[in-house]
Amino acid sequence: MLHDGVVNLVFCGVGGQGVLLASEVVAQVALEAGLDVKKSEVHGMAQRGGSVFSHVRFGRKVYSPVIPLSGAHVLVAFEELEALRYAPYASPQARILVNTLEINPATVLSGDATYPKDPLGMLRDHFVHVEAVDALALAQKAGSSRAVNSVMLGLLSRYLPFALPLWLEVLGQRVPAKAKEINVKAFGLGRELSS
Amino acid sequence: MRVLLSGDEAIAWGAWEEGVAVAAAYPGTPSTEILETLATLPGVRAQWSSNEKVALEVGIGASMAGVRVLVAMKHVGLNVAADPFMTLSYTGVGGGLVVVSADDPALYSSQNEQDNRHYARIAKVPMLEPADSWECKELVGEAYHISETFDTPVLFRVTTRIAHGKGVVELGGRKEISPRSMELDPAKWVMLPNFARERHPMVEERMRRLVSYGESFPGNRMELRDLSMGFITSGVAYQYVREAFPRASVLKLTLTHPFPKARVLDFAGRVERLFVVEELDPFLEEQVRALGIEVVGKEVFPRVGELSPELVKAGVERGYKPSFVSFSAIPQRPPTLCPGCPHRGVFVVLKKLKMTVLGDIGCYTLGALPPLSSLHSCICMGAGVGMVHGAEKAGAPGGMVAVIGDSTFYHSGITGLADIVYNGGTSTVVIMDNGTTAMTGRQGHPGTGVALQGGGRRVDLESLVKGLGVNRLRVVDPYDLKTMEEVFREETEAREPSVIVTRRPCTLITSGPIGTFSVDEDLCIGCGLCVGVGCIALAMVGEGKGKKSRIDPHLCYGCGVCAQVCPKGAIGEAEGAS
Repeated sequence: MLHDGVVNLVFCGVGGQGVLLASEVVAQVALEAGLDVKKSEVHGMAQRGGSVFSHVRFGRKVYSPVIPLSGAHVLVAFEELEALRYAPYASPQARILVNTLEINPATVLSGDATYPKDPLGMLRDHFVHVEAVDALALAQKAGSSRAVNSVMLGLLSRYLPFALPLWLEVLGQRVPAKAKEINVKAFGLGRELSS
Repeated sequence: MRVLLSGDEAIAWGAWEEGVAVAAAYPGTPSTEILETLATLPGVRAQWSSNEKVALEVGIGASMAGVRVLVAMKHVGLNVAADPFMTLSYTGVGGGLVVVSADDPALYSSQNEQDNRHYARIAKVPMLEPADSWECKELVGEAYHISETFDTPVLFRVTTRIAHGKGVVELGGRKEISPRSMELDPAKWVMLPNFARERHPMVEERMRRLVSYGESFPGNRMELRDLSMGFITSGVAYQYVREAFPRASVLKLTLTHPFPKARVLDFAGRVERLFVVEELDPFLEEQVRALGIEVVGKEVFPRVGELSPELVKAGVERGYKPSFVSFSAIPQRPPTLCPGCPHRGVFVVLKKLKMTVLGDIGCYTLGALPPLSSLHSCICMGAGVGMVHGAEKAGAPGGMVAVIGDSTFYHSGITGLADIVYNGGTSTVVIMDNGTTAMTGRQGHPGTGVALQGGGRRVDLESLVKGLGVNRLRVVDPYDLKTMEEVFREETEAREPSVIVTRRPCTLITSGPIGTFSVDEDLCIGCGLCVGVGCIALAMVGEGKGKKSRIDPHLCYGCGVCAQVCPKGAIGEAEGAS
């Protein structure tokens, strides 16, 4: 799917899920592959248990750090409701990679709002390529429920033109040394998945 | 070496390469990472100051003593530091001095979206605006050159998308900059009226010289492509213009104050349709119009919030509507107080007592949101302390307190409390002491005694409060609702000023959960009072009469606040919990 233009990835999820770390890894991989890279996200109050996103763009030359609406080639969602929230950034032909996890926001817990009944079905109504994966189960299989982001990265890696050793090298640099083995395993489990 | 850095990190690296020796700041999104990065680089004395005014004064002192200095703050921080900033323009500098202002269009983490470019005009200082991380690092060098050549502080203005956006940067080595000698020159440094009168014409002359410097400054770059459309732009808006109209001509301004008139006239004469694209106020646009040039600007581009490639396109092409998938009725996911947050219990009690709560900026501002809904004002750091006194003077009825965080108290609360004591007030100030500057990412402050590069001494909170003349000082545990309720009642009824310190560490600086609570479904009547404490570990499950509350054991921190509001004693410490 890589073409002459810029490749756009949107990562989203809930604060604390490792969304920003995952986006860091991809950005670093693209940099080491010799490409121009830009990335955009917000920190601070917005992060406190709220909705979190990161835009990653790479190619020969990147201008805007923000992806245009309908401009993302892949949407990597760590939570189902967040996939719906950031769907406007995904092109109808985009790969939508969703972790099948529901985390109720405070507005739902307090009864002021209801969690959508079938987020995956809603996504499939609008997007051709939706892949739902239970990344938590795979992360646990790899040895830690905290390795969800490595599973998602493994899955994403199938659609990007970077060599496996580069992915593993960068991943190894970005996770704590004692968690490296588990994360590499989780990455492998994600990469082996087929739609 | 090529690395991926945020704008903040790139500014820090740029400052390091330029030989900066002293750096000071108060944490504030989106500027915080500048000092956090500088603190890790060798040869730089980096510190968190009590507030931005002090940070700038520390910077001025270091500059006067002859070294290169960087001072960083968020946009509203420059309001706090505005007093020294304005007169610093008159004195000029010793060693080069750069003030970074990180603005926050779209208010991702701020109480307003003021456009700090205006400060460059008020203070009559040059301003640089980088458009990505690469420029952040490169322009820092330019900033020190300008500062020392023109004897002026330089305003280095970034926005959230620049500060927290990442891009490729080429790292270099550190320059050896020998310190200048400290000159005790009263005509330069003592701004008595007779000396300041002499300095003001020098400031005006400096700006005239900077105009001609800016006209030939390579960062003010004309990119001539298709001449039917031309854009004057700066900062991140430049990137949006390139994205939306890659073939259009652009005058990219980087030294945006003083305004390069000749450059603008030259560019305007070459293109057919001229647009000014900038976030927030028509800062450049008004100066273009003042030249008598016909230009399209804020009548088609928004004054509020951030720009984007789509908004640039929509402004230029009438009828342009981007098509995209969107879903309706997506529940919001607002930021919330963390499970176990020591602020929660305070707001639960204040709500029960129906107190009027005058607050300010910090994680605790989230107490204003449902279901807690028990914080009633937020203006700026420290404002609640002055406001509670003002409301008392106005004769406001009912129980009333000010709430302020520990870091915020050292930043801006001390003077307000002195004011209450001095003016015979009887107000109650609640200092919510969680032992850190939580919202910006757990930085130290005088009350912690932990300095940015280690060392540091603690400024004892209780001694400080007593020293200000407050005789009624109570320290309570915010996990103990019953005691807090008694203390809040007693202190707000007392006819003299009082301070209540609610003390528990932020859960993000502790070693993890202290226990787990669970709901006994046989006892739970589904009243939902526990959910009213606004903790994401709690949810109501089931329908109708079978509705019960449930605690997610993976999220529960074990504070027990929900258990204390349960009327049926249905919530207890889970078995096997520590």
